[in-house]
Order: sequence, then C-alpha cells, then structure tokens
Amino acid sequence: MIKLYDYELSGNCYKLRLLMSFLGVEYESKLIDFYPGNQHKSEGFRQINPLGQLPVVDDDGLVLRDAQAILVYLASKYDASGKWYPRDNPALLGQISQWLAFADGITATASAARLHDALFYTQIDVDAARAGANTLFRILDEHLYFAEEAGQDWICPGDHPTIADIACFPYIMLSEEGGVSRMDYPAIRRWCDRFKRIPGFTVMSGVFPAGPAVSGSIVSAA
Amino acid sequence: MSILKCSDPIALNLWYAIAPLDEVLIGETAQTILLEQPIAYTRNHTGEIVAWVHDVASGGNPETDRLPIKERYGYFWTSLGTPDADIFPIPEYDEQDRRNIHAASFGVNVSAPRLVENFLDMGHFPYVHTDILGAEPHTEVKEYFVEVSKERDEILATNCKFWQPMAAAVASGGMDVDYVYRVPHPYSAVLYKSNPTDPERMDVIAIFIQPTSQETLRVHMLLSLLDESNDDISIRLFQQTIFGQDKPILENQYPKRLPLDPRAETPIRADKSAIAYRRWLSDKGITYGVIPAAA
Repeated sequence: MIKLYDYELSGNCYKLRLLMSFLGVEYESKLIDFYPGNQHKSEGFRQINPLGQLPVVDDDGLVLRDAQAILVYLASKYDASGKWYPRDNPALLGQISQWLAFADGITATASAARLHDALFYTQIDVDAARAGANTLFRILDEHLYFAEEAGQDWICPGDHPTIADIACFPYIMLSEEGGVSRMDYPAIRRWCDRFKRIPGFTVMSGVFPAGPAVSGSIVSAA
Repeated sequence: MSILKCSDPIALNLWYAIAPLDEVLIGETAQTILLEQPIAYTRNHTGEIVAWVHDVASGGNPETDRLPIKERYGYFWTSLGTPDADIFPIPEYDEQDRRNIHAASFGVNVSAPRLVENFLDMGHFPYVHTDILGAEPHTEVKEYFVEVSKERDEILATNCKFWQPMAAAVASGGMDVDYVYRVPHPYSAVLYKSNPTDPERMDVIAIFIQPTSQETLRVHMLLSLLDESNDDISIRLFQQTIFGQDKPILENQYPKRLPLDPRAETPIRADKSAIAYRRWLSDKGITYGVIPAAA
C-alpha cells in the first residue's frame, strides 16, 4: 500500500490526501511530528528526503518527494480515466505544468505567511510573503474570471478538474491564517466552492466543507 | 525597564507561560513578545532559565532587566509585573500514571479572551469538529452549572455533557462525555473530560495563553492524559487536528477583542459559561484584550 509521510496541518500533504480521496486510492499515513518536534529535519527523516520536507510517498519502494511531482505520479498511475492528468494532450500538459509551478509560488508566499503567524517562523519576511500572495491571487482570479466567461469551471480548459486545481487549492484556502484575505478575489472564491463539491472531496483542519449547492428547484421556487 | 505598552495593571501582574522547558536550551537565546513587550530568554550554564525585557534599541540586560521565573506544568512562566498570587493549581499534573504532553504552541490572530471562550464552548463541536468531538444530529448542549468557585477565584462549569464520536485519540467509538471547565486565570483555562478507558477519572487539557498584543496571542496546550496505547506523537497530532479546526473560526471573530457589555452579543442558554466569564472579567476590571462595558 502507498505510504504517505504526512502531517495534518500541511497543505502540501493535503494535496495528496485530496487526490487519493478523489481517486479512491487507499494509503497509509505515517504521521510526522512536523511541529513542534521538527521530525522532518531529523537525521532519520533526511534519509528519506534529504531536503527535510514533507510530503514524501513510498509506493512499493518508489520514494518520491515534492507534492507537485507526486501528484503527477499518482494521477498518471492510478487515474484510469486519465482526466486528472491527461497524458495524451500536450497543450493541456503544458498548461498543467505551468500552474503546478504557480502552486509552488503560492507555497512560497501564502503558506510562508501562515507559517510565520501560526508556527513562529520568524525569519520569514511576512509583509513580502503577503504581498507576493496577493500578486499571485490577483493573476489567478483574473484567469478564473475569464475562464468562467468562456464557460470553464477549472484552472485548465476542459470539463474536468486537473491536478493543477488540487495543487493550487490548499494554500489558497488556508491563506487567511497568514493574514491574506480572499475578499477581493471573487472568482477564486467561486472556484473554491466548486472545488469543494468535487465528489470525494475531503477536508483538513482549517478547511470546511461547502454548504449544500443551491439546487434548481429552490431557485425556481424563490 | 522601558515604559510598557500594556497599561492594564491586572494583566501586567499575572503569570504567563512562555515556552516549554525542553525548548529552552543552554547557550541559545530566544525572543518572544508578552503584552507587546519583547522579551528574551535562555538557560544559563547552571541550568537555570533567565528571562529579561529586550528592547530593540538597547537589547536589554539579562541582569538588570531580569524577570521573575517559575517552572510549572512543563513550561516556564514569567510576569512583567509583581504577581500577587502563585500560578493556579492543576493537581492532576503530578499523578504518577498520567502522560503530560506539550501538544504545541500556536500563534493565533485573535484576543486571548476570545480563545478562552471558544475553549469553554460545547455548541460548536458538531459543526467545527465534525465526526470527532461532535456530529449532527447530536447538537444539544444540555443544561449545566456555572459558578465562581468557593475555593478559589475561578469560574467553574460542571455537569456538562456532550455526545462525541471520537472523544480522544484512545477512543474506539461514540460516547457521552462529561466535561468540567475551570477558568483560573483571565487568559488560561483547564478542561476535564471523561477518559475513554477509565470511567472513574478524567483527562485534563489546559490552554495557557501568552497575549502578544490585544488581538494576537501564542497559546501553549498541555495534555495530561490517561492513555496507555497511543504514542506521544499521535496524541499531540490529534490535539493539533482539533485546534487547527478552531483556528479559522477564532480568526474570523469580529471584533477580535471580547466585548464585555452584556448587550454587545446575544447569548443563548448554552453560553452560560461565557456569560459568567465575561462578568468575571468585568468585575476584575480587566481591560486588555476586551472591550470594557460602558461605565
């Protein structure tokens, strides 16, 4: 069975829990005392990941680090529908990769601000991190607005979400913990609600499920 | 000592937990903030913890600006004033068969009294801690008792009961859980809850809040549990999961300071302990982290 080196409050670990939940893939969580124990920086854990970072998966001896890389691997291997990571569509693969890199930027900004406020990573320049997050959120909000105008629900074109949506979701949803409000990004907020209604969606601490969708009958009755 | 930003004499004269003892290391100086005052601390070569006020300009002097220190419940405590009382007792901490575990210290962007109130509240369990500390349709907060304790100057809520699907890391299924809450300090609280394995005794969870400003804080979470089956990491991470769920709720409270005017926020029956807490703070004349009632 897949082993996930996991920490509940990590948005990067959550990306993998989300994909495996969407795909119905079973896995075992090996809990790491990220805080306050700093177990991911221990000598023992550096044998598994020399970078001393979460998450890591071990799938039958294949050990992979980096949330985005693991999303690519798991979707390629376990998504029989091929929709989360469509390997036969070069244009789409290019766009997915572009937004996976963008998600790393969200980690470097929105997640960094959250680590500063909640876990006392005092060496982080929190004002720069928040400003960086707002720059990225503005770009994504515009992108999603024009996607909606074109009848698209997700970050990349098509009628199905991709791993790009999964990679961007957690640290956007947790941004308020780092003092980055989503108030000014309405298209991002609508996309978050759509994301939460994907079948198989699961929460983490700090992320709540969507309320019930407004159904057609309620609208017509009103 | 420089002029302090906090002008509430009651808040200044309280003891505050600052850091877990095992994180205070010989030869390493750490900095934090208490009531807007930067302080520094270290462990000297005799093993003794030293803390001092630490101003940006002067850096502070560990000898002349030295703060009082107490070691209690696995943390060191200090005060910017002159405490007129000892740190409140938690007798269970010294029981031989308990596991005393520091769950974490988290930063939260809210006032200390808002966090104490959240800690006292059972009504949010099914909605915020879904399928762990509560689940619909078991949403009723049954009648409970609240009083200012006769033994000590503290709020005591007893006879609290709530149905919980997974009351602790060691729980194997849903159970009716008895709770007792104590508020022995304006910014700290202790809860007692039924232990899933021993009906005669209770687990203890305490929060010790270090206000860094009127609207931001560090909270230190202590667990004193009867649990022979889980390792420290599982117990610690279970508690972090719970707190991670409370955090966005706390940070979305508005206003961030706790209003003490009884008309400011409309309570329901389940909020009896919060009403008593607000009145108790008002009677003490606390001003830090609250919006005092108009005179």
